[in-house]
Amino acid sequence: MSDLDQIVSAAQAAISASDDLAGLDAVRITYLGKKGVLTDQLKSLGKLSAEERPAAGQAINVAKKSVQEALNGRKQDLETFALAQKLSEESIDVTLPGRGQPRGGQHPVTRTLRRIQRLFAQAGFEVVEGPEIEDDYHNFEALNISAHHPARAMHDTFYFDEHTVLRTHTSPVQVRVMESSEPPLRIIAPGRVYRCDSDLTHTPMFHQVEGFMVDEDVSFASLKGIIHTFLQRFFEQDLQVRFRPSYFPFTEPSAEVDIQCVMCQGEGCRVCSSTGWLEVLGCGMIHPEVFRHVEIDSERYTGFAFGMGVERLAMLRYGVNDLRLFFDNDLRFLKQFR
Amino acid sequence: MKFSEQWLREWVDPELSTEALAHQLTMAGLEVDAVEPVAPEFSGIVVGYVMTVGPHPDADRLRVCSVDVGEDAPLTIVCGAPNVEIGMRVPTALVGAKLPGGHKITKSKLRGVASFGMLCSTAELGMAEQADGLLPLPSDAEIGANVRDVLGLDDVSIELGLTPNRGDCLGIAGIARETGVLNRCAVTEPTIEAVMPATDRVVDVTIDAAEDCGHYVGRVISGVNPTAKTPLWMQERLRRSGVRSISAVVDITHYVLLELGQPMHAFDLDKLQGGIVVRRAQDKEKIILLDDQEITLSTSDVVIADHQQAVALAGIMGGAATAVSDETTSILFESAYFDPTRIAGRARGHGLHTDSSHRFERGVSPELQVKAIERATALLMQITGGEPGPLIEVTQSKGLPARNPILLRADRLRRLLGIEVADSDVTDMLSRLGMTVELSDGEWKATPPAHRFDMALEVDLIEEVARIYGYDEIAPSDSAASLILRNEPEGVAESDRVTDLLVDRGYQEAITYSFVDPKTQKLFSPSLTPVALSNPISADLSVMRTSLWVGLTQALVYNLNRQQSRVFLFETGLRFIPQGNDIKQEKMISGIATGVTIPEQWGTDPRAVDFYDLKADVEALLDLAGGGDQFRFEAAEHAALHPGQSARIMHGERVIGWLGKLHPGLQKPLDTPAAVYLFELEAAALSTGNIPAFTPLSRFPTIRRDIAISVDEATDWQMVKDCVISAVPATLKEVIIFDDYRGKEVETGRKSLALGLILQDYSRTLVDQDVDGIVSDALAALGKELGASLRE
Repeated sequence: MSDLDQIVSAAQAAISASDDLAGLDAVRITYLGKKGVLTDQLKSLGKLSAEERPAAGQAINVAKKSVQEALNGRKQDLETFALAQKLSEESIDVTLPGRGQPRGGQHPVTRTLRRIQRLFAQAGFEVVEGPEIEDDYHNFEALNISAHHPARAMHDTFYFDEHTVLRTHTSPVQVRVMESSEPPLRIIAPGRVYRCDSDLTHTPMFHQVEGFMVDEDVSFASLKGIIHTFLQRFFEQDLQVRFRPSYFPFTEPSAEVDIQCVMCQGEGCRVCSSTGWLEVLGCGMIHPEVFRHVEIDSERYTGFAFGMGVERLAMLRYGVNDLRLFFDNDLRFLKQFR
Repeated sequence: MKFSEQWLREWVDPELSTEALAHQLTMAGLEVDAVEPVAPEFSGIVVGYVMTVGPHPDADRLRVCSVDVGEDAPLTIVCGAPNVEIGMRVPTALVGAKLPGGHKITKSKLRGVASFGMLCSTAELGMAEQADGLLPLPSDAEIGANVRDVLGLDDVSIELGLTPNRGDCLGIAGIARETGVLNRCAVTEPTIEAVMPATDRVVDVTIDAAEDCGHYVGRVISGVNPTAKTPLWMQERLRRSGVRSISAVVDITHYVLLELGQPMHAFDLDKLQGGIVVRRAQDKEKIILLDDQEITLSTSDVVIADHQQAVALAGIMGGAATAVSDETTSILFESAYFDPTRIAGRARGHGLHTDSSHRFERGVSPELQVKAIERATALLMQITGGEPGPLIEVTQSKGLPARNPILLRADRLRRLLGIEVADSDVTDMLSRLGMTVELSDGEWKATPPAHRFDMALEVDLIEEVARIYGYDEIAPSDSAASLILRNEPEGVAESDRVTDLLVDRGYQEAITYSFVDPKTQKLFSPSLTPVALSNPISADLSVMRTSLWVGLTQALVYNLNRQQSRVFLFETGLRFIPQGNDIKQEKMISGIATGVTIPEQWGTDPRAVDFYDLKADVEALLDLAGGGDQFRFEAAEHAALHPGQSARIMHGERVIGWLGKLHPGLQKPLDTPAAVYLFELEAAALSTGNIPAFTPLSRFPTIRRDIAISVDEATDWQMVKDCVISAVPATLKEVIIFDDYRGKEVETGRKSLALGLILQDYSRTLVDQDVDGIVSDALAALGKELGASLRE
């Protein structure tokens, strides 16, 4: 057994015994450093004869190489181990909640309005808004509701003075748009409206969407088509829809539109007063008197108009059972509509 | 309009179930609001004949009756009703009968006397809330017959929610006519014959207000028995129509109103002074109405007057002075036509709404007056007896409506409805509706009947055709419209982005009322007189908001009172600012915040929201409109904001909004916590979007140089920033502030600001020499203009 073999096995033992990179490096220096044991062996080659030298040199190199390999192997092991340890120390509870600002939320009325607007936007309906304090002319007169018309009594109007009111519906926007633009027109007018009425099922302020279309070939059949599709798309149900004759001074023929109750699928429940039907919308063909007021030729153009209550649609869509919740602004309610 | 189905079916009897009839009416535009049974379920109640009434041995209030119910032997029944008497026929609940509500009648002992049934009042039959005695049945009621059959109780009350254009259906006759049209079936009117006068008593009638009243028909009836009772059948019909029985004469007028739709009035003839004049009221003339209310009239009111005074408000309500009473023996019936357009609004003007005004405002056929008075006379004769005088009839053609032919073009009809309907069908529908129709060359000439007040235009006829054709039968079609792309200006910001941005930054959208409490609003806008409603719903919702902060603050407090400690809300909507005679209605975006910046979470120290948190949100909003230097924040005072923590937001020279901390003085009156922050911006200021314009990228690196300066505490950052920017050339890309320090090491009254100057050139890399020059230029300007000194 040569010295070399002993040195190599001693080195290998020391390498295996080292448990960190610093200790391992110390072993390296002990054996392979400038004054290391194996380096010394190489230096002592000079004492050997020329014949002996190659074989001895080769043996030393083999020994060095094997020590170096052992060192490398151990180093890699230690590094892998250190990394594993580091990773293990750095591990976190990934189920803890994320930090930062959570999102707020839209009001359910806004959410519903946007849904309505998006649906009509597909058919090219443009959004227009109007003033909420209106003059008598735009809110009533131009819509063919004359001063003593019985329909006025149904409106429970808020007045500022004899000629100024809080708009009772979004229909004045129809008048304003037609006063200032030429057909063809496809308009949606969302907004706040006001009625002097407050109880379980009425709030003095609520939201409506008025929509209308004026063109050369707009018929009651096309009104039925668009309303029918809208309601089915809005509720994402293949709903039954029915049109009932009704009366609005600014449309003729006029209709009220019922949908099959979305709560009971038409079976009859509390929401639909056991009728199986829910009234959701009023509509009709724009009255020639309205066209006359805005100077649109009713012989050339025809048009339809419709109006719907936004809270009502929101209540049906999201199952809200109390209208007044919309204006309490209780975060516990609002947060349900993120 | 509420009516009994049985009554209608006497006029017209289509082969339809109640449900199908209700559906048909609804689908024809006469919306059925309710269908209710006229009496609840009960059984085992028959007509009993009271044979004897004797005292109860042990109870003063009870009687022992023997009652014939058509069985072999009469029943002994103990009864407590005060009006029980021998010979009357009464509803008798037999042993085993089920009363409304399920109560079962059994053999029982009342104070020791066995009783085999119960005599009933209307209350016990469920036909009234309460009753003061047994219900006397007609003397011809068959003993032992089921009371449900005798009273026709297997009937429903149908309530119609009629639209204002369908005044013609405010009577059984009208509903029957419509039902006949819809079912193509015959309508049988009760026979109404002219009553032969028994006296020649008349009163003189003149119509002065010829345009208001086109037709006035009257009749004197003397020798009326004032104690006559309204027969049960009439009481029942009135009850099923929701009308209370008052007295025979009044009930008859109500009955005719319900039956034919003609409002009638009965004057006590002995209280009238001379004849009748239909005239305009004098200014400030007074009348006490039937409901004992005194009202002051004006010349726009029409009255029925005698030769002394106004005795009725025409078509609305009679006067108290000439009202019939239980002593009235001579009456004057009135059956008149008043012009709907002229009577409209008058009742409401006096805060009145009556069955009569409801009908006259919607139009009563001018051909109905004689028929109605004949009907009423005949009923009166039958019920109270009396001697009728001749008919008194005055006509003023000026006050009668014209019924002119209306032209209907076939192509217009088809174009407006989008349907194909045969000419012959159209002719048929219009004729069935009572119109005189002529068709030639694709055009109809149709003259509407007297009872329709909603027919003047071609479109009125088109609507009728659609209605009778059936809205359900009109097939929906897709609209055809041109595919022209609309203008989509990129320079206009999408309004939805504002909402989305605030939502994404943690705000919850609120919607508060546009009218607010004037006292609260005064705290926010002390110098503005808000626009006030003349008929507010309540005092605390009586003025239009001048700022959205009023409602938002209330919403904030509402939530704080409900266990919320962190409230971030925003709202968009109009504010209303009076400007001379005008009102500026301006869309605003407002926010309010209190509590910690982010909800409690692990690993982060909670920090209360402050001015700069909201400022960042406002800046993000302004950034939607291009942001940058076009918007500036200036320290300024606002009544609602902390004087040291409030900024007005400027766009050029214009104030477009405010940002700040709620004024500590408002905390108590508003009941808010200490740190509430608010912002409000004009939405219009955010609507100009930004169209990006490219600037080339520099190939050379940026260089940053930091300096710390000491300035007077009153010197704000904007001044420092402006000074630096104006002092150095365009190589200054940006100047940032990274510290604002006061305290130790800085002398009192001054503060230390740490600035970073970021420099870059387009043509070369800047060298130290360039940078030194720029920094010293900046320092020189800061020193000269703001008294700043460099801190080493």
